[in-house]
Amino acid sequence: MLGKVKDRLLGAIESMTDEEVSEKIRRLDPRLNEFGVDPFGFDPKFVKYGIPFALFLYRKYFRVESVGLSNVPAGRVLLIANHSGQIPLDGAMICVAMIVDAEPPRMVRSMVETWVPTLPVLSWFFPRVGQIVGTRENCQRLLERDAAILAFPEGVRGVSKNFAKRYQLEEFGLGFMRLALRTGAPVVPVAVVGAEEQVPSFYSFKPLAKALGIPAFPITPTFPWLGPLGLLPLPVKYRLHFGKPLHFLGDPDDEDSVVAEKVKQVRRTLQRMIRDGLEARKHVFW
Amino acid sequence: MSSGRSRKRGGEPIAIAGISGNLGRLLTRTLHGEHPIIGIDQRPFEEKPKDVTHYQVDARRSRAEDIFRRRDIRALVHLGLVHHPTPGRPNNREWNVLGAVKLLEYCQRYSVPKVVLLSTAYMYGPGPTNSNFLSEDTPLLGAKDYPEMRALIEWDMFAQSFFWKYPAVETVILRPVHVVGPNVRNAPCNYLRMRKPPMLLGFDPMLQLVHENDLIQAILLSLEPGMRGVFNIVGPGEVPLSILLKELGKTPVPIPHPLAKPLATRLWRWGLSKFPPGELPHLRFQCMVDGTRAKEVLGYRPRYNLKRTIHSVLG
Repeated sequence: MLGKVKDRLLGAIESMTDEEVSEKIRRLDPRLNEFGVDPFGFDPKFVKYGIPFALFLYRKYFRVESVGLSNVPAGRVLLIANHSGQIPLDGAMICVAMIVDAEPPRMVRSMVETWVPTLPVLSWFFPRVGQIVGTRENCQRLLERDAAILAFPEGVRGVSKNFAKRYQLEEFGLGFMRLALRTGAPVVPVAVVGAEEQVPSFYSFKPLAKALGIPAFPITPTFPWLGPLGLLPLPVKYRLHFGKPLHFLGDPDDEDSVVAEKVKQVRRTLQRMIRDGLEARKHVFW
Repeated sequence: MSSGRSRKRGGEPIAIAGISGNLGRLLTRTLHGEHPIIGIDQRPFEEKPKDVTHYQVDARRSRAEDIFRRRDIRALVHLGLVHHPTPGRPNNREWNVLGAVKLLEYCQRYSVPKVVLLSTAYMYGPGPTNSNFLSEDTPLLGAKDYPEMRALIEWDMFAQSFFWKYPAVETVILRPVHVVGPNVRNAPCNYLRMRKPPMLLGFDPMLQLVHENDLIQAILLSLEPGMRGVFNIVGPGEVPLSILLKELGKTPVPIPHPLAKPLATRLWRWGLSKFPPGELPHLRFQCMVDGTRAKEVLGYRPRYNLKRTIHSVLG
């Protein structure tokens, strides 16, 4: 009985996706085993279940404009983007862009925190849609399988930064560069323009954030005054700029200062792309 | 000259400790006829092939040492440690380990050139911070939620230090993933044979299984001269637990994970369930390993595909 309801529900969700997108999802990864799963637990079927909502955000709500998708080279690649918006939807939008607007469609994998496997439902849903625990070994293994990896070197500091600091990149971690050097993967900077205005936070209430165990407790014109509804992102227009691939050579185990030089180069490029993107846009909302 | 030497080697027996277990009997069936076999086990060996000499001894007694003193043993294969706890029976792993340590001592003392020891990928332990594919160098943290595992981990560590201390003995440590097959009666098989196996609500970890015959093949490859080291032994692939149960036609019973541990512990203590509570983390987190080293060094390739491996559980 319950199974039937579930099947019908999943069928309904599946039928919301048009044939063109379904076809693209089918083309995502040909290296699945006889049960339709890859070694990391990725199952394209679940992308189909998740994509109607993501596509709504992508096409209708944020009206995402993706520029330069053809810059993403075939084979292994690291997409490096700015992280923002209190509610991190930027990753999902980049993933959707690479599935529906790139040719050939690519599955983008990003790395999740280690608390994800401890939570019911999320623990299996994330791996099924290709997102796995962010350890160095996992990332390296995926790159060696020629995957496209999305990373936000600002980490959670980027997501929780205040409105006054919008579009100013935080410090970058070095891990992604060491992986790029180790696997020979090119780095493609992705500037996300628009997301930094979706939840304008004036102030982060640190003691409360700490008490709740979350990275930030933002105070916005609508939150917490309107309750959880106040966290609803504004319908800003997203623009994703995919830059030219950067190639790096060197010893992956070199001193931090040497690797940091290369990271700076990526950060500068990304900052410049963000600035250009901001100058080119006419309005935050359209 | 080399052929003469190998003929002589072929004449020396292979000792199998833990021969009376299911895996021991399977290995004996594969090896006997080609190699003389000596069995060492406290348990009787029922339906023993005629050409197998079985010593029903406690490895800690000097009678066990006499076997090594009197015979030129070509290799020791130790299978006797990894079996899973049974409800209502005391855990006798501690003295099992003591016996195994003694056997290694005899191997060193009487110059046995090869030792193959069966450990398990359980040693790494399932956990949320695990990488998807753990290498042989991963620390062995499997006893954190599974105290019965501690003796086994100490045994694996002891075997590793033996490997370094006595380079004259070629020591191989095999760490297979969940071994399944018609002859196997371990915790994962018991679980998969349940009519309504429990699952933890909202958790569906990826699993690796290896067919018993593929494990036997890995043991045979380890017996080849020159092979030494620690090897993860994987099967043909990875599969989510839910798909595995569906393939076997099982209807899982979802249990919220905060309730699972007290429930499993009580049922186990009262002898009502065959599911050791220490196995619960395997239903929640993944503990998958990287089998590249065995592939490259031993030349091991699983012969059973994923479907056949899964269905072999039901025989």
